[in-house]
Amino acid sequence: MDLGPLKLSVLWGKTSRQNQGAAVIELDNVGYNYGGGELLSNLSIKLAPGSFHFLTGPSGAGKTTLLKLCYGALTPTSGRVRAFNMDVKGLDRDQMALLRRRVGVVHQDCRFLDHLPVIENIALPLIVSGRDLSQEEANLRELLNWVGLAERADALPPELSGGERQRAALARSVILSPDVIIADEPTGNVDWEMSQRLLQLLVELNRMGKTILVATHDLSLIRAAKNQVQARVLRIWDRQLHLAGADL
Amino acid sequence: MSADGFGGRLRALIIGDAQADRVVPPSGFTAQLTLFAAGAMAFLAVFALALSLASGRLADRWADELARAATLRINAPAEQRAAQTEAALTILRQTPGVASARAFTAEEQAALLAPWFGATVPLDALPVPQLIEVIEDDPGYDATGLRLRLQAEVPGAVLDDHTRWREPLVDAAHSLRLLAVVSILLITGAMGAMITLAANAALAANAQVIEVLRLVGAQDSYIAQAFIRRFTLRALSGALVGMVFGMLGVWLMPAASEEGGFLTGLGFQGFGWLLPLAIPLLGALVAYVATRRAAKKRLGDLT
Ligand SMILES: Nc1ncnc2c1ncn2[C@@H]1O[C@H](COP(=O)(O)OP(=O)(O)OP(=O)(O)O)[C@@H](O)[C@H]1O
Ligand SMILES: [Mg+2]
Repeated sequence: MDLGPLKLSVLWGKTSRQNQGAAVIELDNVGYNYGGGELLSNLSIKLAPGSFHFLTGPSGAGKTTLLKLCYGALTPTSGRVRAFNMDVKGLDRDQMALLRRRVGVVHQDCRFLDHLPVIENIALPLIVSGRDLSQEEANLRELLNWVGLAERADALPPELSGGERQRAALARSVILSPDVIIADEPTGNVDWEMSQRLLQLLVELNRMGKTILVATHDLSLIRAAKNQVQARVLRIWDRQLHLAGADL
Repeated sequence: MSADGFGGRLRALIIGDAQADRVVPPSGFTAQLTLFAAGAMAFLAVFALALSLASGRLADRWADELARAATLRINAPAEQRAAQTEAALTILRQTPGVASARAFTAEEQAALLAPWFGATVPLDALPVPQLIEVIEDDPGYDATGLRLRLQAEVPGAVLDDHTRWREPLVDAAHSLRLLAVVSILLITGAMGAMITLAANAALAANAQVIEVLRLVGAQDSYIAQAFIRRFTLRALSGALVGMVFGMLGVWLMPAASEEGGFLTGLGFQGFGWLLPLAIPLLGALVAYVATRRAAKKRLGDLT
């Protein structure tokens, strides 16, 4: 696989630098439970614009749940979640859709439209927001190249390997050039080299001013990242969020 | 809703967005079922429409033709018949509201009776009553008053203004039309129910697709549009085919004739042939509304 140099300036040139100062996403005394007791409680955090956070914790601790709270897929059972200075609870369905365009999400179980080829899946956020695809064609190709899926562009998602799916999911999450990128185990299925590459992309995005939140088990990934950006590590432990020390 | 908004929506519905259409996977079998059901409904609707138009025409014709003519029957011994006929004609001519009154000639009476007795029976030998045809004016005469006067002056005269058998016939034609209209309403309702079921099935089958679309920031209207467009176009094309077959069926029926009476009059006349063209449009409208409602409800239930 030939991975070209990182030349995504075309795509990332349009980062909006709004919300400077105020937190992009803010959880205020948030608690959540699925019905079987509190999973998270009294949890507060502010994601400042341009910050880079890792989220770790044992399996089942509630990492995915916390991320879902951040992008509005779940509403907290107590406390408040604010995104771009709007209370997520107060958003109607259309506003929620617009919020999702400003927050790129890589899901743990990358979901695709299985009947559409990879390239259209990656372009899906463009399609549903009514962008003119012909104008984005070049960016789309470049992005596809960069995640190493140029050759698989016309394959259907079920035909992809786990790692290919994750790369496609990451490409899809950034295609709209969102202000925040939330990734749930984006490197779960890829080899070391590819995980470095995905990290590289996230770091580059962060340098362009994007706010990044990544849930991962992969401590070596976190260490690698710390060499490149100022990343903070949050750990979910005992229903609470703790800032992990320098022991990592 | 602004005119522009509606126009825009209509344009989007018809022209569509090739990309948007592709986000929902094609569904071969459901699509064919919807097409078939829409076609069958349109086919039935054409007949119901033909029936309603024909029975309406029939009711009007019967009410109109029969109301204008009445018959005066003179049952009198042979020697008084001519005198009583003369007296009755005089009274009729004096009655306001009677346009004309004319005694049937012997030949005419024979022609009327021929279907029952055969042409060879000598009518002179039978005590056949003399018939007088009374044509009503507009406004008409006072039947009760006329009856009283005839009773006094022409004892053998019986006025038959046809109301006795006209009313049930006209009533029957009206009921028939009502039935036809109710049928059209039922067909419309059944179509709506069927499309709602099909749309719900499609929405349920595509729950995963809808979820992915929501995750990447699609608004409800965008998602709904993909389904609405599909079902509206399907209903429209299915109903179009059904309508063509239905019209063909009506067109192939024997033309209206005296002998056939009501049954052969079951068809469209003149501009009436344009009316069935509204059926596919109605079908499309029903599908649009039904799918829109189903999608709205379904999407509203999601987070
Ligand atoms: N929809 C749900 N209904 C009920 N319980 C749920 C639901 N989703 C998650 N849970 C439970 O909540 C807990 C936290 O789940 P979550 O997915 O947030 O964990 P996680 O930290 O992401 O784990 P992993 O590292 O394995 O991905 C788990 O015990 C899980 O079983
Ligand atoms: Mg998880």
